[in-house]
Amino acid sequence: MIPFDFEYYRPSSVKEAADAYQALQAQGKQPMYWSGGTEIITMARLNEDRPGAVVDLKAIPECNVIEFRENDLIIGGCVTLSAVTGSNFFPLLGRAAQGVADQTSRNKITLGGNLCGRIYYREAVLPLLVADSRLVIAGKGGVREAAIHEVFRGQIRLEPGEFLLQTVTDREFVSLPSVHVKKRQIGNVGYPLVTLVAVKKGSRIRAAFSGICGFPFRSASIEQVLNTPGLSAEERARQAAGRLPAPPLTNTEGTADYRLFLFKQTIKDAIHALEGR
Amino acid sequence: MNVLESASLNSNAIYPLELEVNGERRWLWVRAAETLLHTLRDHLGLTGCKPGCENGDCGACTVILNGLPMKSCLMLAVEADGQRITTIEGLKHSPVQEQFVLKQAFQCGYCTSGFIMNGHGLLSAHPDADPETIRLWLESNICRCTSYEEIHGAIMAALAVNKEGGSATGSS
Amino acid sequence: MTGTARYTGDTSKPGLLHAALAVSPHAHARMLSIDTSAARSVPGVRAVITGEDFPVLTGSPLEDRPPLALEKVRYFGEPVAVVVADAEYIAEMAALQVRVEYETLPLVQSPLEAYKPGAPLIHERLAEYKHYEEVYPEPGTNVASRNRIRKGNMEEGWSRSVHTIEVRVSMPQSDHAAMEPRCSTAELLPDGKAVIHSASQSPYIIRSQINRYFHIPLQQIIVHTPLVGGGFGGKAAVQLEFLAFLASRAVGGKAVKLVNSRERDMVSSPVHIGLESRVKLGCTADGKIAAAEITHWFDGGAYSDRGPIMSKAGASDCSGPYRIDNLQCDSLCMYTNHPYSTSFRGFGHPELTFAIERAMDVMAARLSMDPLEFRFLNAIGPGDTTPTQTLLDRSTVGNLPMCIAKLKDMIRWDEQPLIEAKGHFVKARGVCCMWKNSNTPADAGAGAVIIFNADGSVNLLCGAVEIGQGTRTSLTQMVAELLRMDVHKVSISTDVNTETEPQLWKTVASRSTFLVGNAIRAAAHDAIVQLKNTAARVLQLPSAELEIGGGRVYSMRDPGIGIEITKIALGYKLPEGGTIGSQVIGRGSYAMRDIKELDPMTGKGKPGPEWTVGAQMVEVELDTRDYSYRILQAATVIDAGKVINPVFARGQITGGMSMGLGLASREAFAFNDEAQVLNPQFRTYHMLRYGEQPAYFVDFVETPNAEAPFGLRGIGEHGIIGMPAALANALSAATGIALNRLPLTPERIWRTAHDTL
Repeated sequence: MIPFDFEYYRPSSVKEAADAYQALQAQGKQPMYWSGGTEIITMARLNEDRPGAVVDLKAIPECNVIEFRENDLIIGGCVTLSAVTGSNFFPLLGRAAQGVADQTSRNKITLGGNLCGRIYYREAVLPLLVADSRLVIAGKGGVREAAIHEVFRGQIRLEPGEFLLQTVTDREFVSLPSVHVKKRQIGNVGYPLVTLVAVKKGSRIRAAFSGICGFPFRSASIEQVLNTPGLSAEERARQAAGRLPAPPLTNTEGTADYRLFLFKQTIKDAIHALEGR
Repeated sequence: MNVLESASLNSNAIYPLELEVNGERRWLWVRAAETLLHTLRDHLGLTGCKPGCENGDCGACTVILNGLPMKSCLMLAVEADGQRITTIEGLKHSPVQEQFVLKQAFQCGYCTSGFIMNGHGLLSAHPDADPETIRLWLESNICRCTSYEEIHGAIMAALAVNKEGGSATGSS
Repeated sequence: MTGTARYTGDTSKPGLLHAALAVSPHAHARMLSIDTSAARSVPGVRAVITGEDFPVLTGSPLEDRPPLALEKVRYFGEPVAVVVADAEYIAEMAALQVRVEYETLPLVQSPLEAYKPGAPLIHERLAEYKHYEEVYPEPGTNVASRNRIRKGNMEEGWSRSVHTIEVRVSMPQSDHAAMEPRCSTAELLPDGKAVIHSASQSPYIIRSQINRYFHIPLQQIIVHTPLVGGGFGGKAAVQLEFLAFLASRAVGGKAVKLVNSRERDMVSSPVHIGLESRVKLGCTADGKIAAAEITHWFDGGAYSDRGPIMSKAGASDCSGPYRIDNLQCDSLCMYTNHPYSTSFRGFGHPELTFAIERAMDVMAARLSMDPLEFRFLNAIGPGDTTPTQTLLDRSTVGNLPMCIAKLKDMIRWDEQPLIEAKGHFVKARGVCCMWKNSNTPADAGAGAVIIFNADGSVNLLCGAVEIGQGTRTSLTQMVAELLRMDVHKVSISTDVNTETEPQLWKTVASRSTFLVGNAIRAAAHDAIVQLKNTAARVLQLPSAELEIGGGRVYSMRDPGIGIEITKIALGYKLPEGGTIGSQVIGRGSYAMRDIKELDPMTGKGKPGPEWTVGAQMVEVELDTRDYSYRILQAATVIDAGKVINPVFARGQITGGMSMGLGLASREAFAFNDEAQVLNPQFRTYHMLRYGEQPAYFVDFVETPNAEAPFGLRGIGEHGIIGMPAALANALSAATGIALNRLPLTPERIWRTAHDTL
């Protein structure tokens, strides 16, 4: 039960949404954009999020698109994770999305919500990171497109009043050889200890990670190691572990030590899978 | 709802709502912050969906929304405005219900309606579900009493019965 | 199934008020002040109650717990105030506004830490606490209770021992995690009646406790318990009922509902007890156990509740189902700054079994003996004595060797190696035996009434709560069998109402069918006598010549002569007027007999009428690369005395096994350095889910228990008991390292392997 009240708006266009947000912000209502809303509900019921108003983006047509336009795969921010997987337009993204929460919850959790949420795993971003996707961002100034690496660094970095409208991925990435590995504490549902997503583009491996640190990332430095010729998989994994962008995470799912152990294991597995044994 | 239209109503954060529940149209007013679970239980008396965690983790509150299983604790009632909902009260002799009884796939019964709704959704969406799909769907729910062996038996039997019987999935 | 089954939380009514708890963020702190003004000023709030409003200590057997914290808080999540409001969300909103000023105190984070000399005291006034039932607190320490077992001659035992081993194990606190969170409603009527609805396993205990602490006569307290959404012992404790009562009293007796959120249910309400334990075993050259010395430190948490009775069970069955003539055990219930614990499925036995059965496996390995063979060799039987020095016979102990033999056949034990490696996968099996006595109080009992209706159908009244084990259905079957009638003519309500139904101690300890069953046996006998007496007068035959069945009372000699029960159920109306007999109402009751309290210094006594014994196995497949594993098979053979309903019986056993595998593999509270629970949600407190279930194998041995109806033994809890030990034994075999700490997450195995190397 959410122990406070908030106002609810469901605009049907980008402009209405941005205007509503701005107006509510001006009224001091600390509005939040709402996509699937699952995270806001779970945080609000513990009084950890306290929006005075929410702006539901689901009625905005652009937010619900999932289609190829020429060479681009466009996915709206309000497309649910189960729809992303079900479409099979981008199988790697489908698999990464399928690792989040459970099937029924994925009927509500959206791609935008997973990318923009406070829960720091944000695993659906990993395929987009390795695919150099672009993000379409809407705000009071209209709509802009930006490289994912500019806007998403550990977490999404938007200007106040902006929201994620769509992701755009080049078609050539959706069918690259790929690997998705998710290691949990135990069982088939739960947050990751380590999630790895990797593709092989040409002869190069690209990889992105979640769970190992307190944010998802793709690291040039780690990819450099992964693509160093002549090094054994074991050695590449070892060196990659030394190049993490932050200390490994410890939380109730597992400790830093074990995460590091799994991190190396998953890298070896990924190398074997992508390079053949 | 239209932003400007609702602006005049919002001082108490109460909103009008129209739902199609188990084939009936229902109109009511709800707090925006109220989850669909509480609206169904407290306003419509449909207590078959159960609060187990109210955090999307257990599936006891599962209903069918526009054909797909949905955890009613993870959804605001206002988000369901204008949509079609089936709760356990709306199922009559559906294959999953009947097999749950036949296979003794429940003990305390508290998680049962959620499991049945999820299973019902599975039958409709994937009448030929493979074992991996069945697992993916059903791991959304937690049962504390049974060993899942009986639930597995009930779902497999319901899938088989459903295929034999062709269409009827028993929704009213 | 259709959504119409009603649980406590499903009922509402106009004008119902709602309560919410304000809880402590600290695990041990002095409360310097409490300010409820902000909470009171929230529109819609009717009342705010704090500990000072009811400064009474509650608890059974030891009165150590105020319903709302007084002076200090002793665990994270402890209730400090209750807010009553017009709506649930308003109550929750206001509960967040209760301001308490705390001064934190040093923490006690484990039972062994609690036992150390000089450990911070959690209950400074332990000496002043009142107690009833058996409980042996040690004032000036954190020992809430200590039971001792002193049997045989230890010196002799050790001197006969060629092999000695020592094992230390630990099992953390975890949660019952019934799918239905606890929920209570209270209303105080103008005529002085208190009406309570509660999701409870012990409606009659609620009644007696409300009577004890609020001085309302028993007959004026009406407790309703509809269907309960799982309990596993957790709903046997009385907690929310006091708070709902206080809440109702604070608003002039209006009906108030208090529902736990999942987070409150997992931490603020009582939890599954933890254990740290040390076991020393001595064994002769030919594999006979000659001596055992066992110390259990149970993690009872901040308040004792049923902890001391569980630690007593930890002593009374400490040996496991083995013949050990020289035995010493100290079993302590320790106070810590963890959530307080209450009865949990298996009642101390999954815990004690984990300790002794890890030791058994280590000893079998030392002897290079097949682990099942070693257990078979030492299996307890008729003529042996228990740790409580109770002399056993076939009726009281059942047949463990038969269970072991049957298990061996069922799982093809001899046809498969204990360990089998294939690439980076290792398959391994672990076994264990278990036993359990009920540890009920000496005066636990039950009543039953069978009321005949004009059409020959009957209504059964009894106090067993329907909680998923199918008890009420089994009881109607029992009535039908005793009265030789169609089961569909026997009706029982789903809910228990203490105003109309005769008392049952509690729906716990796998005892309901035993206690109520015995009461039903007496009630059925009583009804049969009445039917026969009426029929005898109508038929002009001696009642000793009459038999009952098929809806008739008839002559044994000539079954053609008889009378329909429909004609005599309410008395036989003579054609000429006048009536023979009157409505048939069978009544019966039963109380435990012959239970002897345990001597606190030696443990001599008798903890319950019979033991249930069994043997179990778990097979795993371990991935040696990352220490993840799958549970492939789990098997149980149990001596059920008599299986009444095979489907229910199997479901109870596999359900218990499933819970035990969860407990063994993943369930644990994660505490931080401040003793706050970091995972009070199913998101991070992991439980077994669909798809992880192993193949289950269950079979029964049927050695009748002479004192029980149909010879049956309790089985409702027992599937869980050996699972932690069997899983740990299997994974220890697979890894070649001793895995003695639960839960056995892949990380725990990795870490143990890592530390061992």
